Amino acid sequence: MTLTAPETPAPPKPVPPPARRGSARRAWQSFSPYAYLAPFFTLFVAFGLFPLLYTAFVSLYRVELQTPGDMEWRGLGNYTALFGDSYFWLSLRNTFTIGVLSTVPQLVMALGLAHLLNYKMRGRTFLRTAVLLPYATSVAAATLVFAQLFGRDFGLINYALGLVGIDPVDWQNGTVASQIAVSTVVVWRWTGYNALIYLAGMQSIPHELYEAAAMDGASRWRQFFHVTLPGLRPTILFTVIVSTIGATQLFGEPLLLEGSVSGGISHQYQTLGLYMYEQGWGFFHLGRAAAIAWVMFLLIVVLVGANALIARRRSRKEAGR
Amino acid sequence: MTAPGPTVTRDPARTGGTPGPTVSRGPSRAGRTLHAGPLAYGILVVAVLFSAFPFYWTIVAASRSNADLAKVPPTLLPGPNLIRNFEAVLEEADIGKALLNSLIVSGSITLGTVLCCTLAGFAFAKLRFRGRGALLAITVGTMMIPPQLGVIPLFMLIAELGWVNQLQAVILPGLVSAFGVFFMRQYLMQSLPDELIEAARVDGASTARIFWSIVVPIARPGMAVLGLLTFMAAWNDFFWPVVALTSSEPTVQVALRQLGGGYVHDQSVIMAGTLLGTLPVLLVFGLLGRQIVGGIMQGAVKG
Repeated sequence: MTLTAPETPAPPKPVPPPARRGSARRAWQSFSPYAYLAPFFTLFVAFGLFPLLYTAFVSLYRVELQTPGDMEWRGLGNYTALFGDSYFWLSLRNTFTIGVLSTVPQLVMALGLAHLLNYKMRGRTFLRTAVLLPYATSVAAATLVFAQLFGRDFGLINYALGLVGIDPVDWQNGTVASQIAVSTVVVWRWTGYNALIYLAGMQSIPHELYEAAAMDGASRWRQFFHVTLPGLRPTILFTVIVSTIGATQLFGEPLLLEGSVSGGISHQYQTLGLYMYEQGWGFFHLGRAAAIAWVMFLLIVVLVGANALIARRRSRKEAGR
Repeated sequence: MTAPGPTVTRDPARTGGTPGPTVSRGPSRAGRTLHAGPLAYGILVVAVLFSAFPFYWTIVAASRSNADLAKVPPTLLPGPNLIRNFEAVLEEADIGKALLNSLIVSGSITLGTVLCCTLAGFAFAKLRFRGRGALLAITVGTMMIPPQLGVIPLFMLIAELGWVNQLQAVILPGLVSAFGVFFMRQYLMQSLPDELIEAARVDGASTARIFWSIVVPIARPGMAVLGLLTFMAAWNDFFWPVVALTSSEPTVQVALRQLGGGYVHDQSVIMAGTLLGTLPVLLVFGLLGRQIVGGIMQGAVKG
């Protein structure tokens, strides 16, 4: 990181400083921008950038939680141990299914909500604020409340299901059921947030497009599909990527559904994030945990890259039409 | 933190750079007059009910006894036990200390982040210096990488410094906000005219003088939005505090984890703790919800 001032003066400014003030002042003028960056960059390098990069290094060592100063070279040992652990593969699969179960309904519902919130109506500001309310809660609070609502014997959700003739579901122990429960917390917390992001995107679509579409006799429904959705594509890509990253590192929801680090008695809803925590702070293998973090990072890179690639190919296809 | 002015919601296009219509107020523009029908209202009301119900249920459960919660059919109205449950959770889990810790942590993070990010955002927006493009690219580039992935070296670092279980272990890493820098940069690029800075320079003002007497007053609405978002994120942060702190020095989120992890078995007491941990943010949200909505619509990133 280049935090030191270069000796040469900065490129010419729009208004040069008075020449008579002397060279000390001139030197400070070219140095001072770095002084404004220094507080942020010092922290950023120490607590942001360095840990991110150093993770890859740590993943090649045996490091135990009790003695983080002692590092013993292990090469790819952490990775081979990881790939030989069936719980790793299980948590990878769980991360994927819970990711799909939470991201897809979340974004589809957000799109619909944004469309409705874009109408002219009474109490619009109130409604927009109200759908964002879940965003104000923490993972911990939201999950504890939902864990209660999803209770097997006295939970409100099973009671409501009973009213329509569905037998009680064991939301903590069934594989699909517990993953739905975890996903529900995510969907509840983030749908309103994404709706507002979509709403912002919708408002930057030029009105003329709608007017032209309306003149061509397009129904509201067709306007939504042929004007709104294409106009929103960059926004949708953004939310897909951000939600994918969020889903990849899901941690608090599966940890707190019943409070154990294993993600259910048969690890049925343990995510990669939780698996990493279990390895690092449950079993004290920080090196192994770093390897998991690195796998998560690569996973994110691949998923984000794939998303961007699909988006680009699609828009190219459309441009070629 | 001063109350943000109304300018916040007036210019949503600020961060995007594309010209857009007014967000939330004022008479409608010509052309688009899509009025909501009863169906739209109906769906939105249902959505709002879904959003709000867990909050309502927290209040119901927190004000009942554990025995009430095991009744069939369930009770759907608040009961008389709220104060008693609050007392129980303050006593059994020391939520009082956790609330204080959270206040210290979130307050410091908010002040520090807003200051650091305004300084850096100003430099990126209005000052010329070598390596500006590269430094900005590095900063923005890390925005997409979840900080959770650097958590092991970070833990080793604070262990080395002897900070495990101390509040600065949560505060200092919390001050790092690439998003905040980007946000303030965009804000200042749009709202701070170059001519103003040039005029001050001609009058002989130093950069520091310019920062405090011109940049900060103009940046205030943006700083307020960044502060709100930062406070909420810091208050609600879970993963890092759980790793860095223990039960003897918890934030509210760490304390909630202990409640949920079998520390207390009384469901109504757990819900009382949840309510206490959520109330401060709900209060902020209730007072400044509009500004938060405006900030997110300007393109906030998931935190």
